[in-house]
Amino acid sequence: MASTAAVPFWRSAGMTYITYSNICANLVRNCLKEPYKSEAIGREKVHFSATKWADGKPQKPSNFFFSLKLFPIVSICCFSRSRVWLRHAIGDSVCTVV
Amino acid sequence: MFRQVAHRLLTRSTTTTYPIFPATTTLRSFSTEVSTDASSGDSAFIDAWKKVAPNIDPPKTPSQYMEPRPPTPSTLPSKLTVNFVLPYAAELSKAEVDMVIVPATTGQMGILPGHVPTIAELKPGLLSVHEGNDVKKYFISSGFAFVHSNSYADILAVEAVPLDRIDPAQVQKGLSEFTQKLNSASSDLDKAEAQIGVDVHSALNSALTG
Repeated sequence: MASTAAVPFWRSAGMTYITYSNICANLVRNCLKEPYKSEAIGREKVHFSATKWADGKPQKPSNFFFSLKLFPIVSICCFSRSRVWLRHAIGDSVCTVV
Repeated sequence: MFRQVAHRLLTRSTTTTYPIFPATTTLRSFSTEVSTDASSGDSAFIDAWKKVAPNIDPPKTPSQYMEPRPPTPSTLPSKLTVNFVLPYAAELSKAEVDMVIVPATTGQMGILPGHVPTIAELKPGLLSVHEGNDVKKYFISSGFAFVHSNSYADILAVEAVPLDRIDPAQVQKGLSEFTQKLNSASSDLDKAEAQIGVDVHSALNSALTG
């Protein structure tokens, strides 16, 4: 029994609702006037440090306190204000959201 | 075996295993039927606790810390109570208003006191809060609106900005940029992103001009 419910265009393109919602929010934030725009973008910044692990030992952590905004949409995860544990697609690194 | 599982799921029965033997099977009620005043706690649990540890006060359960849901009034209330919240702030908290118009995916939806309980997904668009002769307008990026039977409306939005904070030049620039991207897009994902860009910017445009 195939489900024939009409899906939104972003769902059929492989996007999840959260990604869609975050893209919309980022676009709206980009269209704000100056003091509000920097406030909004500052509010959404996330600091994280990514550590690659090999043979059970952590290697030098990269991207120390790299604050990012407008994270590329095609990547695995979307950053939001909530703490997110994410797995790097390449190798076995663990990223901690600070 | 599966028939038994299906039967138990349909009748929503649970087996209480407090130190009361034999284990009794009770039917769980739907959340909308449960009395919302849980300040006295679950009586079966308290009785079982008192039997085992009569000198210690029974611990409080999470529902005892929560404010009970305001009951559905029998007559139509005159005002709608709106909780309009963003992830970082509550724009309106229990504000009594006359009407709210939300941009649902199915079109602009007006919510009046006594509206049928609804869950609506919101699309990028204009939200207006009508109180007497005042109308406050916000542009919402996306979110959800829940209307409850007791004339409470919860509107959750990811970004909501009053219209005077939007820069029209940026909106036009974004609109032309994304229309171009839509025409030149190749993969499904690129097309979807460009389409989202076009939708959001044209909604911003019509909010500013309309």
